[in-house]
Amino acid sequence: MNKIDAQHVNFFYGDFQALKDISMAIEEKAVVAFIGPSGCGKSTFLRLFNRMNDLIPGARLEGKIQIDGVNIYDKSVQVDELRKNVGMVFQRPNPFPKSIFENVAYGLRVNGVKDNEFIRHRVEETLKGAALWDEVKNKLKESAFALSGGQQQRLCIARAMAVSPSVLLMDEPASALDPISTAKVEELIHELKKEYTIVIVTHNMQQAARVSDKTAFFYMGSMVEYDDTKKIFTNPSKEATQNYITGRFG
Amino acid sequence: MKQVWEKIVEGILTCSGFITSITIVLIVIFLFTEAFGLFGNKVTEEGYVLAVNGKNPVRELSAVQIKDVFDEEITNWSEVGGPDIGIKVFRLEDITSYFSEEELGAEYDKAGECIGKVVADHPGIIAFVPAKFIEKDFPGRLLKDEHISFSEVFAGKEWFPTATPAPQFGFVPLVMGTLWVSFFAILFALPFGLSVAVYMSEVASSRTRGFLKPVIELLNGIPSVVYGFFGLIVIVPLIQKVFDLPVGETGLAGSIVLAIMALPTIITVSEDAMRNCPRAMREASLALGATHWQTIYKVVIPFSISGITSGVVLGIGRAIGETMAVLMVTGNAAVIPTTILEPLRTIPATIAAELGEAPAGGAHYEALFLLGVVLFLITMIINFSVEYISSKTGAGFGRKS
Repeated sequence: MNKIDAQHVNFFYGDFQALKDISMAIEEKAVVAFIGPSGCGKSTFLRLFNRMNDLIPGARLEGKIQIDGVNIYDKSVQVDELRKNVGMVFQRPNPFPKSIFENVAYGLRVNGVKDNEFIRHRVEETLKGAALWDEVKNKLKESAFALSGGQQQRLCIARAMAVSPSVLLMDEPASALDPISTAKVEELIHELKKEYTIVIVTHNMQQAARVSDKTAFFYMGSMVEYDDTKKIFTNPSKEATQNYITGRFG
Repeated sequence: MKQVWEKIVEGILTCSGFITSITIVLIVIFLFTEAFGLFGNKVTEEGYVLAVNGKNPVRELSAVQIKDVFDEEITNWSEVGGPDIGIKVFRLEDITSYFSEEELGAEYDKAGECIGKVVADHPGIIAFVPAKFIEKDFPGRLLKDEHISFSEVFAGKEWFPTATPAPQFGFVPLVMGTLWVSFFAILFALPFGLSVAVYMSEVASSRTRGFLKPVIELLNGIPSVVYGFFGLIVIVPLIQKVFDLPVGETGLAGSIVLAIMALPTIITVSEDAMRNCPRAMREASLALGATHWQTIYKVVIPFSISGITSGVVLGIGRAIGETMAVLMVTGNAAVIPTTILEPLRTIPATIAAELGEAPAGGAHYEALFLLGVVLFLITMIINFSVEYISSKTGAGFGRKS
């Protein structure tokens, strides 16, 4: 069974149709990259998987999105439970105005974990998982804002991992970072795919080629092509994809 | 040419900056010099002396003792460290009951002699008479007249600036009155203000907000005398009825009016601060499975805490310095408040009510200036402490990441 299964998804911001009849299946523990020019709907589609678009007034969805076989837009689904299972990392690092420790512990605390010993253990585990532990282990009590941009982004990844989701959504996670931090984040994604199903939106095609198993190309609200990354970047079946990846537009 | 103009503009800006600062400094200096003139005054009214019988061992009396003696609350010298003799109070106008008009002389020119006789005849006497009537061979003894002391002012429990022969300048009731009213005002305003701010920034739809915000800002523009009027007509009778009091003009009425006046400041400033919380921060919280309310109190409020504090402090500042509305509804009794359901009097109300009748340059006038200094110091301490707090909590948690 597929981890995520989207069927005939149409999405509207008021009268504007942002997504047109998109169907896509994502396998468990795969890394899928969404590429496409700005405004093509790839971020919008990503944000449907944890219902982040619910916050936008006047937004409307048609079609069905299933995660682990459950329609996440069903009335019986608790949004906060869903988001616990589907973590998200944003374009710009957005740590909370709290200490490094509390940033990672936040997700556990809001989900009712009281056991401090467990929290401490889990914070260490996830910071190690996010390859940040060695850099911050001596300053866990310091403000997260004292970290560099790349460290902040890895902290945000650790924060998302702390609540043990099975899916990680990443919305251009490296676009605000320098090349070295980007390389670290990409390395991290390689590690993470052992445990998580990862969906990543990126502007950077080399990045998509480097980290993903499958790639979807979006254009003007439609999904033009969705296939193995190798195939998309070497022998795409659609001309638009070919033009985009060779840099002829976009 | 261009550069000359720029230099001129620069010069004008520098000048205006300097002039403003100098003006403020001058005002503060003026306030302080006027105020501290108070301690150059004697305890007894200027131009008068207190005289006792030559055998009386009492050398001096404090301002409070003098007042109690003349109010006949102290009636025996033994209470102030003297012999066990009843105190006989003598004022200049009492002299006609001792001597006839002929004996005093046409223009009171023999009054000095007569006063001397009275003082010598009565061992328990204390005479409050103009200094000009005291002759060289005066048989009694003058009480030592000290300068008004610091402790009499700052620890004095009575404010009675027009009392004779010794006016009472105790600040305690006024300072307490101010603090009580402000404290209760903030106690009322804080929960309301914060809940409205949270509601407006996090819960209300943009349409409700678009309606509420201008209405609340409008409250800020209402003159304080109108609030006072409203308090006098609506709140005062209500309090009188609800608590079954003889008068409704109480500290509570003042607190409520002040709370209403401080609300718009608290609401608008803290609401703005909360709305400044970046969307990314809220989304990060929600994406971790936090509910809307968890996001509000664990992310939005901590993020905007320095803005909220400054809103609260601006509100407190308004409450402490507010004059007119408080003057109208608190009853203005200068007594140390024991409950909030008593009339009390605040510092600004005292200054406003009494400055007009205090003779310029006199002790009363200077005491009012000193009250102004106290008020100034209170607000300054509050401002500094808040800056300290927000700089502490804000350290590293600044707006920008």
